[in-house]
Amino acid sequence: MSDISTTGAVLAEGMPGIVDDWSADKEAFQVPWGKAMMWIFLLSDTFIFSCFLTSYMNVRMSTTVPWPNPSEVFALTIFGNHMPLILIAIMTFILISSSGTMAMAVNFGYRKDRVKTAVLMLATAAFGVSFVGMQAFEWTKLIEEGVRPWGNPMGAAQFGSCFFMITGFHGLHVSAGVIYLSIVAFKVYRGDYDKSNNYEAVEIAGLYWHFVDLVWVFIFAFFYLW
Amino acid sequence: MEATAEGQQHPISIYLKIWLLLFVLSTLSYLVDVMGFESYLRWGLILLFMFLKAGFIIAIFMHMAWERLALAYAILCPPLCLLVLIGLMAIEAEYTFLTRLLFFSQ
Repeated sequence: MSDISTTGAVLAEGMPGIVDDWSADKEAFQVPWGKAMMWIFLLSDTFIFSCFLTSYMNVRMSTTVPWPNPSEVFALTIFGNHMPLILIAIMTFILISSSGTMAMAVNFGYRKDRVKTAVLMLATAAFGVSFVGMQAFEWTKLIEEGVRPWGNPMGAAQFGSCFFMITGFHGLHVSAGVIYLSIVAFKVYRGDYDKSNNYEAVEIAGLYWHFVDLVWVFIFAFFYLW
Repeated sequence: MEATAEGQQHPISIYLKIWLLLFVLSTLSYLVDVMGFESYLRWGLILLFMFLKAGFIIAIFMHMAWERLALAYAILCPPLCLLVLIGLMAIEAEYTFLTRLLFFSQ
């Protein structure tokens, strides 16, 4: 079960492995640099989203006006049935499905299956587009109902600013991800990674996309369900 | 299969299983709202399903389970600092809330 370094040496496991990797006069992370950099970018992004969610917690705890009930605010009536939070649930399933197709794309990438990788990545991007579309619908609906960053008819004024800031920043990440995935999918289809015989770029794009899904898990729990 | 410098190669079935599991967990967390659970039961279940989903995404989809500990610790430990921020902001919010109660009741 021992890992192999980029230079071909057998690496130690567990705590001795950490000490070896960090203390030796060599690279600390035994992964391609692009992957390490993406992880560090995602770490910094984690802090940004955490600041948003923490400030949301702060204003929600400190307001003396009742917080609007998200279950009701995001309810829809479909075919005469009143369904609480249904749009958000659908958006959650769409994003999870996109994460699934992305994971498959990474897998087919390492099997050097050019066409399947490109198709799965485009499917992921398509899920992403439908997610952003639903978010646009949700924003339109709330704006029509009078929700503004400085106030709303349902309760605490801070609801609007938290909603637009958090979901807006997440939607921006999804949109950027769609563009990013489309570019990488195009390069896959064109055969760029067959020439270099290296599909690492697909996994790195996948890391970004899974992170977008990961952030949604926290937004779904703290903003919509709490 | 083993993770090497060549890249992450794993059987496709593991991704399909995790995909299904994430669907089940999302349905369960949605049901928490539909069933109308309240208070600590609600928050506990929301957090449980949230951490399970986040854990599976990071460990399997993002391959962290197969990365070396030097990378895993470098990425997963720094966010623990956020607990301090959350704690401080919760105390601050509580103070603001009590101050507002005093001020607005006058």
